[in-house]
Amino acid sequence: MSFLSHRHASCSGSGKLKRLLAKSVLAGVVANGLFAVQPSLAESNIAVTDKEVVVGQLHSSTGTMAISETGAIEAEQLAISQINAMGGVLGRKIRVIQEDGASDWPTFAEKAKKLLESDHVAAIFGCWTSASRKAVLPVLERDNGLLYYPTFYEGLEQSKNVVYTGQEATQQVFAGLDWVAKTKNAKTFYLIGSDYIWPRTTMKLARKYIETVLHGKVVGEEYAALGSTEFGSTINKIRLKKPDVIYAAVVGGSNVSWFKQLKAAGINGGNQTLLTLSVTEDEAKGIGGENLVGFYSAMKYFESLDTPENKKFVSQFHAKWGANAPIGDVTQAAYEGPWLWKKAVEMAGSFDTDKVVKAEESGKITFDAPEGLIYLEPNHHLKTKLRIGEWESDGQAKIVYTSDYITPNPYPKGY
Amino acid sequence: MDGYSLSDLFSIVVMQGFSGLSLFSVLLLMALGLAIIFGQMGVINMAHGEFMTIGAYTIYLTSRFTETYLPSFMPYYFIVAILASFVIAFGAGYLLEYLLIRHLYKRPLDTLLATWGLSLILQQIFRSSFGAREVSATLPDWLMGSWKPTPSIDIPLNGLFVMAMSILVTALVGLFLFKSKWGLKVRATTQNRVMAGAVGINTKMVDRVTFAIGCGIAGVAGACFTTIASTGPTSGSLYIVDTFLVVVFGGTASLFGTIASAFSIAQAQSILTFFLTNAMGKVVTLLTIIAILMMRPEGLLRSKVRR
Repeated sequence: MSFLSHRHASCSGSGKLKRLLAKSVLAGVVANGLFAVQPSLAESNIAVTDKEVVVGQLHSSTGTMAISETGAIEAEQLAISQINAMGGVLGRKIRVIQEDGASDWPTFAEKAKKLLESDHVAAIFGCWTSASRKAVLPVLERDNGLLYYPTFYEGLEQSKNVVYTGQEATQQVFAGLDWVAKTKNAKTFYLIGSDYIWPRTTMKLARKYIETVLHGKVVGEEYAALGSTEFGSTINKIRLKKPDVIYAAVVGGSNVSWFKQLKAAGINGGNQTLLTLSVTEDEAKGIGGENLVGFYSAMKYFESLDTPENKKFVSQFHAKWGANAPIGDVTQAAYEGPWLWKKAVEMAGSFDTDKVVKAEESGKITFDAPEGLIYLEPNHHLKTKLRIGEWESDGQAKIVYTSDYITPNPYPKGY
Repeated sequence: MDGYSLSDLFSIVVMQGFSGLSLFSVLLLMALGLAIIFGQMGVINMAHGEFMTIGAYTIYLTSRFTETYLPSFMPYYFIVAILASFVIAFGAGYLLEYLLIRHLYKRPLDTLLATWGLSLILQQIFRSSFGAREVSATLPDWLMGSWKPTPSIDIPLNGLFVMAMSILVTALVGLFLFKSKWGLKVRATTQNRVMAGAVGINTKMVDRVTFAIGCGIAGVAGACFTTIASTGPTSGSLYIVDTFLVVVFGGTASLFGTIASAFSIAQAQSILTFFLTNAMGKVVTLLTIIAILMMRPEGLLRSKVRR
C-alpha cells in the first residue's frame, strides 16, 4: 500500500524537522563558540564543529511542486545518512536543516537567505524548477553559498555557486533525437510542451537540430498552458499532420491528461512513436503505466538500470522509503549531490566555499553513481550518458539505448 | 489543405466535433455543482475544486480496495465508486455548511476568504494522507481506448462516458430543481427568503441540503475526471478558474445559462485551438467572454429574480 508508506514517510520527516529546528538554535551557539578554536575551517563563517557540519535542504514539501520534489528530498536524505554511516565528511557528521520552499519562488529565496545567513550552512541541496533556482541564485552569489541542483533543465546558465547534477538541454535533446531519427527512420516531428521556459528553450534547440543536423521537418510546435487538462483539439491537429515522431515535454497535472487522452484517442505505442523529456518513474506512477506502454523517455537514469551499483541503490532506497517509492531521473540526480559535495570538500580539505568551488572546477572529481561513473566538469555540469527507456505497463522503463558520454555544453553555439 | 483525402478531412471534422462536445460536457459537469451553490445560494465556494479531488481520491481508494479484496468485481467498481464519491462529498459539504458556511451567509467576501483557506487546508490534508505524488486508479477496461466507427475515426470511450454522466447529472439536477418538492423549496428560498420562511419552509435546512448537493455533484465530477485527468492533492485547483468562468458567464441564477455558457465556451475554445495555437485559442476565448460580460454584466441568460 504505497499511500500508507508515504504517510509514514511524511510524518517521520516532519517530526525530524521539528527536532532539528529545536536543536539548531543551541547548535548555532556552540558552533560560533568553536570558530575561534578552528580558524582553518571558520574562514567563511560556516557552521562546522569538530563533530558536525550543517547543510541545508531546500525543496517544496508543500504546494504544487511537492508532487515532484518528494523524491529528491528522500534521495538526498538517503545519501546523507549513508555518508554519516561511513563517518561523515572530513570526520564530521552531517546535520541537515530542512526548509520548505512551499512551491513559491520568493519563499525559496527567503529560505535560502535564512539557511546561509543565520544557519551558516556549508551547502544547500535543493530547488527543482528553474524558477526556484533563478530566485535562489542572487542570494547564493551574494552570500557565496553552494547549491546542488538536481533537475534536468534548459541550460544557458553556469554559476560558480551551483553544481548542476541533472542534464542540461543539449545532453538530453541531441542524442535522443539522433536515436529516434536513426532507429525509427523519422523525418517529421511534432513538438509539444507546457508553456514555460524549460519546454520552450528545449524545443528551440530541438527544432534547430532537427532542421539543420537531421534534415528533418517540424510539422507542428505547440505549447499548452500549465495546468491545462484538455488536449482534444491538439491531438486532432497531430492526427492531421501525421508526424513520424511526437516529441513531448508536457509537465505536471497536464502530463497525466495528455497521456490519458492520447490513449483514448487511439494513439499508442503500437501505432505512433512518441519520445518525451518529462516522464520519469515518478510521473509514470500518476499517469498509469497502461497509458504509457510503448512510448519512449530520454533520461540519464531509469530505475530498471541493470547494474550492481544501481540494484544496491534501489534496494537501499526502498528499504528507507517503502518498496513502492518510485525512483526517477531527478531522484537519482539528487542522490549524487551530497556525494559530489563530500568528494569536493575532501579534495579541498576544507568546507570553505571558495576552496570547494576550486576543487569542483578541477575536473578531477568523479563518482560511481547508481547511473554509472559520472564526471564533474569544470563548467559545473556532469558528463554523463543519455538513455532511452521504453515504458511498460508496470510503470517501469526498459532501457533500449545508451549513448556514449556526453560533455555538458550549457551555452551551445548557434542556438 | 492539400495532400489530404476527403475521407481524412471528414474524419477530422467528426473527431473535432466530438472533441468540442467532450469539452462541453467536462465544463458542464464541473460547473453544475457550483451553479447550484453560487448560482442559487450566492456562496462563493473557492473549495469547489477540492470537493472534486475528494471524488477523485474516492475512486482511487475504491480501486485499491477492489483490486486487493474483490478482483472479480473490478469491471463494475467504477459505478459504485461514483455513487460513493457523491455520498462522501455530500457528507463533507453538509458538515462544512453546518460548521462554517452558515455563519457567513451575510458576509459573501468573508466566505470567499474562508473557503479559499479551506481549500488550502484540504490540499494539505490530501497531501499528508495520500502523499504528495500523484496517484492513478486502475480503470476498468471498458473505459479505456477508443471506439472506431470507421478505420480512420477514433471516438474516445472516456469522453463518451464523461458525456453520458454529464447528461445524466444535468437531467437529475433539472428534475430536482424543477420537478421535486425540494426543488420548489430551493427556488422559493432563492427568490424570497423571508416569504419562504413565512410560509413554513425551513430555509436553514434548504440551505444546508442545497450546499451539500452542490458539493456531492462536485465529487461526482471529480470522480469522472479521473478517466481523463490527474489525481493529486492539487488536481482540483486546475478546474476552479474554468468553473467560475462557466457559471459567471452563464448568468448566476440560471441552470440553462450554465449549459449555454459551457457549450459556447467549449465550442469556441475547441475550434480556436484547432486553427490557432493553444495559447491564442484561450486568449481569444477569454477576450470574447470579457467583451460579452461588459455588455451583459449578468451573463448570457438573465434570471428573473426580484431583488
